[in-house]
Amino acid sequence: MANKILAVLEQREGKLKRSAFELISTVKKISIDLNLDPTAICIGNNIDNLNEAGSYGIMDVVHFKNTELENYSSSAYTDIVSSFVKENEVEYLLFSNTSLGKDLAPRIAARLNAGCLTDCINLQINNGEIIASRPVYASKAILETKINSPIRIFTIRPNVFKAEVTDGNIQTEIKVKEISNPNLKTKVVAIKKSADKLDVAEADIIVSGGRGLKSSENFKLIEELAEVLGGAVGASRAVVDAGWRNHGEQVGQTGKTVSPKLYIACGISGAIQHLAGMSSSRYIVAINKDKDAPIFNIADYGIAGDVFEIIPALIQEIKKIS
Amino acid sequence: MKIAVCVSHVPDTATKVKIGSDGKSIDPAGVSYIINPYDEFAVEEALKTKELTGCEVVIISLGSDSSKESIRKALAMGADQGILLKKDGFYDSFSTACALAKEIKEQKCDLVFFGKQSVDYDNSITGQLTSEILGFNCVSVVVSFKIENNKITAEREIEGGREVVETELPAVITAQKGLNEPRYASLKGIMAAKKKVIEEKPAKEVNNLTEVIKLVLPASKQPGKIIGTDSSAVPELVRLLREEAKVI
Repeated sequence: MANKILAVLEQREGKLKRSAFELISTVKKISIDLNLDPTAICIGNNIDNLNEAGSYGIMDVVHFKNTELENYSSSAYTDIVSSFVKENEVEYLLFSNTSLGKDLAPRIAARLNAGCLTDCINLQINNGEIIASRPVYASKAILETKINSPIRIFTIRPNVFKAEVTDGNIQTEIKVKEISNPNLKTKVVAIKKSADKLDVAEADIIVSGGRGLKSSENFKLIEELAEVLGGAVGASRAVVDAGWRNHGEQVGQTGKTVSPKLYIACGISGAIQHLAGMSSSRYIVAINKDKDAPIFNIADYGIAGDVFEIIPALIQEIKKIS
Repeated sequence: MKIAVCVSHVPDTATKVKIGSDGKSIDPAGVSYIINPYDEFAVEEALKTKELTGCEVVIISLGSDSSKESIRKALAMGADQGILLKKDGFYDSFSTACALAKEIKEQKCDLVFFGKQSVDYDNSITGQLTSEILGFNCVSVVVSFKIENNKITAEREIEGGREVVETELPAVITAQKGLNEPRYASLKGIMAAKKKVIEEKPAKEVNNLTEVIKLVLPASKQPGKIIGTDSSAVPELVRLLREEAKVI
């Protein structure tokens, strides 16, 4: 029997996150290249869509279940995943590079003496080994790196790897394992949702505003454009530091790193720290008065004009087509 | 209670990265180094906790002589003691965590603050690794922190909100921007920090589990087209986004 490659899937509120499907597809692909047995595990209480794992390529899914495990507990989750690895021949573990994955993966790594590489944007197979590419120095450079320990752990950046349905008819075999007395030394007791409907780190489309908006009130334009596009609102460091927007929306080196399908930068000049957080976006649109602003160097499409004239026109134009 | 704050000395965030001659690290020429920005939030939270409880705060850094600048900065803010673990060669996150854990144990600290990531290798795992090696509890990416006797209530940033987490000492906390406003060092603090002796020790031997193959610059993107300078360009922009990029 081949060794296992494990996808540690993340659920929130009883549903697998979209990044979980990207993870399944990625693990499936590597399992073929390295001749490994792909398995997925998920920890939670009731999980609605766990049976969808099969259509993305992994049939064997283990669901560790307890009502107390609906929310994240780093202590309990670390115990459960580590025990599973010890009891099975697991060689590779992959996580999504989310707030949960980034917290959990290193805990398991230290317990199992396993090397851990986070925020990977490419995993390449070379002579039977995985070579990971990860952005460093806030995406100003890419590190190609590998793990030399017997157990190897990677977290992959959401929105970069593709979730692909392999065959709609593959059945998922879910084994449910009830967990009694989980170790709740560290426990989430409540979740405070932010008022924004969509988080910038998870959005397909981001409309971001900077100093060029001139005031916090004018961010209404950004919010409206984001709404008609079904996207999230982002902000530059300057406007967060000025108190116009919350830090949760900040994109860039001391904020979030994002890679949406479409990033629209409005009134953002493109400081190196900002570019670091969004340059891996698939398409970038820049709207800025200053035609020499660095943001235009990485934008696919630009309009070198007044945001107060262009954003309302853009909102109208998009309303026409939707 | 005794608090440790682990700080790292990193290239300024405005640094233009050039690849060094070894092809595996950056060219340090002309780079200015600073205390890792997230570590300032860690230092501030430790000092706030010190003000509440009267405990001692020790700054620990794994690095070379130049890391003393960052240690001294934290001392000037009000920390009591500084320790430099001198390293020779490349320490990956695991080696770093092992070296820090050994010293934290020796110092008998039961509360440890880290920045949530250091802005050089951006791995964002050293705090969590260290907690597990020590057998401590851990809450990462923290934006609100309260401690009462042994009990900790912290809020950590997640996608779309915050988790409210309860745990107990001993614990590792990794600090996110928004946790507090780091204080400026007073002149008195700066003078006092100059007089403090930073203890130097060789770091625990290296135990790397990962290996750098090479460091490369990202493929530079071809600048796109400027479609126009006023709202007359908007229909063309929308057309390109629909038909060429197919993103809306």
